[in-house]
Amino acid sequence: MRKNVQPKAPFLLAVTVLVSLFMIAPMLLSVMAGLVNNYSAGLKSGLTLRWLGEVWENYGGTVGWSLALALACVIGTVLLGVPCAYALARSRTRAAHIFEELLTLPVAVPGLATALALILAYGQLTAFRQSFAFILVGHMVFTLPFMVRTVSSALQRDDLLALEEAARSLGANFRQRFMGILVPAVFPAIVAGSLMVFTLSVGEFNLTWMLHTPLTRTLPVGLADSYASMRIEIGSAYTLVFFAVILPVLWGLQYLANLMQKRHGT
Amino acid sequence: MKPSSANAWNPRWRLLACAAPAAAFFAAFWLLPVVRLLTLPATKGWGTYFAVLTDSSYLQSMANTVALSVGVTLATLVLGAAVGIYLARHAFTGRRMLLSLLTLPLSFPGVIIGFFVILLGGRQGLVADIGDSLFGERITFAYGLLGLFLAYLYFSLPRAIATYAAAAEAMNVQLEEAARSLGASRLRVARDVWMPELAPTTLACGAILFATSMGAFGTAFTLASKFEVIPITIYNEFTNYANFALAASLSIALGLVTWLVLFAARRFGANPVAR
Repeated sequence: MRKNVQPKAPFLLAVTVLVSLFMIAPMLLSVMAGLVNNYSAGLKSGLTLRWLGEVWENYGGTVGWSLALALACVIGTVLLGVPCAYALARSRTRAAHIFEELLTLPVAVPGLATALALILAYGQLTAFRQSFAFILVGHMVFTLPFMVRTVSSALQRDDLLALEEAARSLGANFRQRFMGILVPAVFPAIVAGSLMVFTLSVGEFNLTWMLHTPLTRTLPVGLADSYASMRIEIGSAYTLVFFAVILPVLWGLQYLANLMQKRHGT
Repeated sequence: MKPSSANAWNPRWRLLACAAPAAAFFAAFWLLPVVRLLTLPATKGWGTYFAVLTDSSYLQSMANTVALSVGVTLATLVLGAAVGIYLARHAFTGRRMLLSLLTLPLSFPGVIIGFFVILLGGRQGLVADIGDSLFGERITFAYGLLGLFLAYLYFSLPRAIATYAAAAEAMNVQLEEAARSLGASRLRVARDVWMPELAPTTLACGAILFATSMGAFGTAFTLASKFEVIPITIYNEFTNYANFALAASLSIALGLVTWLVLFAARRFGANPVAR
């Protein structure tokens, strides 16, 4: 099947082929299932867009909301995370270390626990509980450490310290140094962090299922609902919508990140 | 704006001001709620904290989850390493494409993966159809332990493949060639050259795979498996029985297990959060 340079690894090749089949077959299967008239009859029953139409009618709104939520999450984590990353990169005190440890806890602790905690603390504030802000807050708590870690490790480069010092000796104030030197220098890291945050937010289910209400549904929440209550063709068509809407966005962002890396990275 | 006075600021205050918004947000929306969660079981008596140990059904659920997660982690490490090393070592057309397809499921929510397993092994699934035409019997495995295992394997493999492919590319080829020229067998090379070199990767990756499996909720939720895992137990206690104190206690137990494993891995020099 594949021509390889080192033809000495029959075992690895076999595992690779099997794993690839296992990973890729379900994706193809679900795409096919979303487009056929009748799943149990298979391709013989003919192709249709009917199921996609039904999905759009029932769950169309979730797509826009998921994208908006992920975008808001990226903006929020950039605004909170980039200054915080600077503070953590420049201070090596014990308190800073403890704070960094605490900040990464929401990644180590299962999303279900974080969601329960949020509901117990803020569930009584009905207006907040029933708005998308409630989900946004959960996503931001969970994704913030990814942004902070990525940007803070980029800010620790030695040449940046020297650049910042040079700018200061020339009379640049903190705002000028931060916006004029530091942010452009770590821009690729900010883009990489944003990509990670966006991806995590769009696919997040563990937190979101607990935090959502019937009026605040995201794409993964809608998917779970359709799998539980709709026929298999509609579930598949909805999965196809996830692929068709989310993947180009992810690939576009990935392309952008690579472009940035090439232009700004050394 | 008075730039001169801003410049005269003690750098320490400036750093504090930079960290303050994130700290305030984190305190309000994670620290405070979690403290609330931690104290909640106490209202139902101190024994509530140990419910996971004293109640046999919760203990069973926890043991199920740990056993499943350990099994999935070990299987994923072996398979992921094999695929990662193969892809890093062999050049063929479409290699990058294959690698990006194999790591694509990293962005899938867990529910999709549960659905995939239903498509494969559910009542109307592919395996059921094949079994029907071959043996006249509809085989279903989606709703039992095997279905859960395959689903967990599916969402674990992409991370392992990506990690090992990157690590194997950075591996020292000379060491391996030296071992080969001295007559080491394939198995020996894998054991004595690959394993030590990939040990840090394995530790970091294994810890994060285990933690992800322990907390995975969407996949088990979609499969509605007969094999109960702890996230589902917590969800049922909270939603179906409104038993908040117990749900909190079980969440604490789950959080403690995953955090301890990640903490231990970091103690040994792995850094799981930075992918």
